[in-house]
This record gives sequence, structure tokens and C-alpha cells, in this order.
Amino acid sequence: MAENISFEKVTTEYYDVLKELGNIGAGNATTALAQMLQTKVDMKVPQVRLLDFKDVGVVMGGEEQLVVGIYLAVEGDITGSIMFILEQNAGKSLVSKLMGMPPSESGFSEIEISAMKEIGNIITGAYLNSLAQMTNLKMIPSVPDLNIDMLNAILSVPAIEFGIIGDQILLIQTVFTDDVDLNGYFILMPDLDSYSKMLGALGMPI
Amino acid sequence: MANIVKVGMADLNVCKSPEGITTLGLGSCVGICIRDPVAKVGGLAHAMLPDSRQIENNSNRAKFADTGIEDLVKKILAMGGRKGRLEAKIAGGAQMFAFQNKSDMVRVGERNVEASKRKLRELGIPLKAQDTGLNYGRTIVFYPETGDLVIRSAGKPEKTI
Repeated sequence: MAENISFEKVTTEYYDVLKELGNIGAGNATTALAQMLQTKVDMKVPQVRLLDFKDVGVVMGGEEQLVVGIYLAVEGDITGSIMFILEQNAGKSLVSKLMGMPPSESGFSEIEISAMKEIGNIITGAYLNSLAQMTNLKMIPSVPDLNIDMLNAILSVPAIEFGIIGDQILLIQTVFTDDVDLNGYFILMPDLDSYSKMLGALGMPI
Repeated sequence: MANIVKVGMADLNVCKSPEGITTLGLGSCVGICIRDPVAKVGGLAHAMLPDSRQIENNSNRAKFADTGIEDLVKKILAMGGRKGRLEAKIAGGAQMFAFQNKSDMVRVGERNVEASKRKLRELGIPLKAQDTGLNYGRTIVFYPETGDLVIRSAGKPEKTI
């Protein structure tokens, strides 16, 4: 029964698959980012971690640090949502590169926000595409929604989604490097039945 | 500066004056602060979801507003608080993103606030103040000594309720 799936019970094997999904998805996202910025972008091997709610903010660099959160709904064979989180200054640096102008003094201007949304759109779109190709399942992202706030406040949304089924959150950390290291985090939140569908499509039914 | 006890997501704890108690970056979660102004003991629960009865996996009682408040009250009473004297303040319950597509996620911040108020009413604990809703995160620090609840948000002046 799908309701009984708990992330705590994810076996090493499933975990490896999720890691691999994380890897390939992030690889695609990096390529998309490089194309968009027309520059070379490297990526370190992504880390996939299952973390307790109380630890996740600390692991990601501090509960109160300002981050950009981009949140999209996913429709199609797989339903759920995906979040991409980027430290605020990393976001500003990407936006300034994309627009070829220096970042605004404080916060994000309207135009920077829409550029950031576009970046989020492309990165998460590339990510979902690779998952879709690997699983042969259709995944259609919605228009992205963006908020800039304290990390834990942004994280509360995926944490609550994970909280419905367990007490941990699955985090995919990706370090992009152009001239500086940019820490990006993907959080995939497939609906319960989609989670088993996805693993099933990879030949590992729950 | 007096020691400040830290409470994580889906967690709760208590403290004794002059200590304060804090939780960082409440988003859609709700922070429930309760104190006994005479015994000067109090505590904070950081709840993620409104109702433990709607969720199958509900073993972590601090995760829910209803069971979190029950357990918080028990802990405060165990530290010398008295039932008739307790009072509460709540903060958080924001809607961080415009859409939240899952049924469990729809208006979850608002529902966390409603569930907290319902539980406090049921236990006869008066709600002295609240700072809830809207679309931004809140770090809160609660002092059982004075009952002050200090709220910090990104790009906004600090306020005390």
C-alpha cells in the first residue's frame, strides 16, 4: 500500500538509484546552465542525503541565511513538486551574469526576480527532463514560483510535504563551479504513488 | 545574556527564566509559545502540520499542532507551571509560495494557525498575541520571564508582541 512507504525504509539500493537520478539530473541542469550563461560550468559529484528536519538547515549552511527558493508543480505520469534552492548571493551572481550587468545593491529588483525565475525554470526543467528520459515517464513542470527568505522558512514547504510521510527530507546537493562555487540544492517531492511509479520504471518496484 | 534554548523543526522544548527559547526561520510551520507568568517557566513547540489524526505516521508528536501543544503543556506543568495560569502567543503559519498543489499542503500555514488556536481554546489557555500568515519567514525568541515574543524577519524591523 502506497501510504505505508516511509523514507526511513528506503533501502541502500533505492538510495543508490535516487543518487544516480540526482547525479544525472544535476548533470543536465549544469549543461543547461552553461548554455544559458554561455560559459563553462563544472559540477562536483552531487551528494544525496536523507536528513532529519532539525539538521537540514544547519547542513545547508544555517537556518537563517537568505536563499532563493524556486518551487514548481509537476504534472503528467509523475505528479508532485520540485524545489531548487540557491544561496541568495549565488543567485544574484547568476542573474548578473545572465543579464550582463552588475547586481543591484540590496535584495532583488523586479527584473532580477524574473531572470532568477527563468534560471530556476531552465535548471529544474533540465533536471526533470533527464528524469523523464531515464524513467520514460512524462513530467511537465508548472510555471515556477519564487520566494527569497530565510532558509528554514523556504525549507518548511518541502519539509511539511515530507512530514506527511516521515521525519526526514531527501536532499540533493550540487556544487556548480564557474569562477566561484555555487551551492544548489534540489528537493524532489513526488507524490506517494509517483514515487513507487518512478522506482518501478527503473526496475525496482517497492 | 541569558542562555537561549534552541528548538528545531518538528520539535519542542521548555526553559526557565531568565532563559529564553527560540526557533529559527518559521515558514508555514507554526511556533506556539506558552508560559506560566508566576512560575516563570515556559516553552515553545515548532509544529509542521495541523492535525495528528489526519496522518498515519504520527509517532513524532511534536510535528503536529494538536499533540505538540499537549506535550508542551505537560512539560511546562512538570517544570512547576500551573494549568490555570498558562498563557500563549503564536507566530508563523505563512504561505511561502502562491501555489501548493497537494491537498495536504493547501493553506497549510493557515490551518496550522487555526489548529493551534483550537487546541489552546480546548485546553483553556488564553492566546495573548499572534503574528501569523502573510508570505515571509519569522525567527522567534520567547522569554517566559516577561512573556515577550521577539520576531525577526528578513528585510523588516524587529518587533515584539
